[in-house]
Amino acid sequence: MTAIPLGVPRRLVEFTIDGQEARVPEGSTILDACRAAGKDVPTLCEGDTLTPKNACRVCVVEVEGSRTLVPACSRRAEAGMEVRTGTERARHSRKIVLELLASSVDLSTTPMVAEWIKEYDAKPDRFGPDAARLNEEPKIDNELYVRDYDKCILCYKCVDACGDQWQNTFAISVSGRGFDARIAVEHDAPLTDSACVYCGNCIEVCPTGALSFKSEFDRRAAGEWDESAQTRTTTVCAYCGVGCNLTLHVQDNDIVKVTSPHDNPVTHGNLCIKGRFGYQHVQNRG
Amino acid sequence: MDLHFGDSKPTDDERAAVDALFGPPESSWEGADRCDADLRWARGGREARNRRDLLLPGLHAINDRIGWISEGALGYLCRRLTVPPAEAYGVATFYAMFSVEPRPATVLQVCTDLACAAAGAAGLCAGIASRLGSDSGVSVERSPCLGLCERAPAVLAVRAGDPVRTALSAPADVETAVLAASAPGSAPEERPAAGAVPQAGDASLILLRRIGVVDPSSLDDYRAHGGYTALRRAFALGPSEVIREVTDSGLLGRGGAAFPTGRKWRATASQPDGPHYLVCNADESEPGTFKDRVLMEGDPYALVEAMTVAAYAVGAHKGYLYVRGEYPRALRRMRHAVDCARARGLLGDDVLGQGYAFDIEIRRGAGAYICGEETALFNSIEGYRGEPRSKPPFPVEKGLFGRPTVENNVETLVNVLPILTMGAPAYAAIGTPGSTGPKLFCVSGTVERPGVYELPFGATLGELLTLAGLRENLRAVLLGGAAGGFVRPDELDVPLTFEGTREAGTTLGSGVVMAFDDTVPMPRLLVRIAEFFRDESCGQCVPCRVGTVRQEEALHRIVERTGTDAADDIALLREVGRAMRDASICGLGQTAWNAVESAIDRLGAYE
Repeated sequence: MTAIPLGVPRRLVEFTIDGQEARVPEGSTILDACRAAGKDVPTLCEGDTLTPKNACRVCVVEVEGSRTLVPACSRRAEAGMEVRTGTERARHSRKIVLELLASSVDLSTTPMVAEWIKEYDAKPDRFGPDAARLNEEPKIDNELYVRDYDKCILCYKCVDACGDQWQNTFAISVSGRGFDARIAVEHDAPLTDSACVYCGNCIEVCPTGALSFKSEFDRRAAGEWDESAQTRTTTVCAYCGVGCNLTLHVQDNDIVKVTSPHDNPVTHGNLCIKGRFGYQHVQNRG
Repeated sequence: MDLHFGDSKPTDDERAAVDALFGPPESSWEGADRCDADLRWARGGREARNRRDLLLPGLHAINDRIGWISEGALGYLCRRLTVPPAEAYGVATFYAMFSVEPRPATVLQVCTDLACAAAGAAGLCAGIASRLGSDSGVSVERSPCLGLCERAPAVLAVRAGDPVRTALSAPADVETAVLAASAPGSAPEERPAAGAVPQAGDASLILLRRIGVVDPSSLDDYRAHGGYTALRRAFALGPSEVIREVTDSGLLGRGGAAFPTGRKWRATASQPDGPHYLVCNADESEPGTFKDRVLMEGDPYALVEAMTVAAYAVGAHKGYLYVRGEYPRALRRMRHAVDCARARGLLGDDVLGQGYAFDIEIRRGAGAYICGEETALFNSIEGYRGEPRSKPPFPVEKGLFGRPTVENNVETLVNVLPILTMGAPAYAAIGTPGSTGPKLFCVSGTVERPGVYELPFGATLGELLTLAGLRENLRAVLLGGAAGGFVRPDELDVPLTFEGTREAGTTLGSGVVMAFDDTVPMPRLLVRIAEFFRDESCGQCVPCRVGTVRQEEALHRIVERTGTDAADDIALLREVGRAMRDASICGLGQTAWNAVESAIDRLGAYE
């Protein structure tokens, strides 16, 4: 059962999306309203458990009177706003952003992107064979997870999840500047020398697969990762009394990774090292 | 917060550099050796955390003394402020003037930006490199605009130590550059600020009238030349009347965005949340701009007085002056001026005996153009990476430390003094109805007398260039800096007003006027502009982070090509440029394509 937290009743804001009237509770974002109205607005850096960073800019929409396009994920709906989601201008920016991203990083494990690239007719190859790319080797320095920054789109979700929005460990941050900016621990050290507590909450929020379970990474490398053959079972973590929900991803009768339901009012998708990674004992069949 | 500091230790020197700023640590909770008492109570955590905004000064302290920031030094600084090391590393690596890799104590920054490039910076770099050789103990770095465009080419030498030493050479040749690097302590005195003001001493000047006339170190001299009459009038009027005067004067912000100053002040003053802050943006980093430097170097007390007036009007008791890191002399002069004003009761708990408390804290930037963006500047002061915040909320509502904040640049604030002394109507009578008052222009490039010029709004570009001594064979004029646009030699009758330049399809920006004759290779210049934006992008949003790279790549491809050979790449540039303008978070990405676009459309750079 999903608990529905009840808050103070909020006023409704009335405005229009693509000419249709929309009413959403005060404080809702344009994206909330678009989703409620059944509009398909692509997003990458927006996360359901995090404050939007609006860094990726694929969700931009046109707002009447605004000089530039606005990010739907973080701009709050205001009374009287006229929002247009599918104009040529908005679609152009989304297309270019997809091209820029796909030309600079590996989006092969990013859900939905292939469809969007098709929908927006994006052609990432047109910047030429010499277009700068990240081209970095995966960082494998521990047994629990792999950092493959060749797939990183710098959405800041992992930084926020590790920092003041959830975990309060602050093990990772953005270093450098511009195209050279990277997610890194202090002095770009191995994860094992950092403040990381291996909660895996950064993996939970990563939208591209740049952060992944070592178990998933190894299976993918061996060509044995098959999501269609996996079952998902949500259960309760047995380690302590908090009662966190775990979703076990099982393939060929092996637990291959563990996630947590984001709508759980206690954990919001977060776990600790034991809940996230401590499942080997289940599989000791010796 | 469960912080992990690792086991790297600072050297004695590094520890001393940090302790000189904060005093010795009181307990092991903030970096001292552990003693028995520390086991029984935790002190300093929250207090230390509240000093997070001292991270940038702390990084400066280490970098100034050692020349770079080691793991041990960064770790110790983090302990002192209870800042997570990963975050501090992210901040240290954001700024160009810091290094987290070992490097020689002396760094020689050679400006390779537009004016200096046109004045032969490339040859200078090569000359310095061959003269110094590989084991000179000097790290030669190519720098974006040093703000010395009126005497290009320019170099800045910084030698780490206690105290840190800096030396400028401009115009530089190989000899003087190498001398500055090898003996920064005995480098010849810089020429006075008035040297950058060809009109110095002219009786018609308003904003520049004291430059070259007063001794910039003497508060008495400043007062003898009309200083502090504006503040007295402000106290006589009261805050809301001061705002009314500024509103009636029609003053528009001079930083580039041209927002009505009175409206900004009113919006901040009326915020119920407190405290209110005043921030003076002296991070002028736009290539071709140096007027704020000249004002701070030549008439520093004027800025102190103007900040006091602004703070009084908006109800702020604390002001931050954020000076760009590449301006050592402006920083020295402003520090001296603030200290003297405080000692004489013109800052502090009881300004001018009027019962109004106001003080100024000076912060030094560390080499990041983006920190001139108003919200990025807040992040920089607060000790975070200088990344712009998304708006709304606007600074008048949630600015520095999340409080209502007024941010103005130096030139805007200095205009407040004549508004109060001559009165709003007299001030508004200068210039045009849409652009009131005097305006400073930074003229550089291929002209006889480069420098800061003051003209009433409405003079034409041609008049300004004639004043500066236009040379023959003018090819193009860059108006508004790298974020502005080019105009053709046959467009010199464009009036220098906000509305006039807008009508002509260009922008006044921050007042940059850079002339280029036909010896300057236009495609190379455009590549340099693209390189600048790629270098200075903070990297937060995709259109800017990747778009500026793709723009530079395309411009490299067409350096030697024109016409149909360049058509594909120009089409690509247009598409990427349009997305950067439409979808970037802040003005840097939004304007990164302006100059290139205008060069293609107005100059026909690739035809």
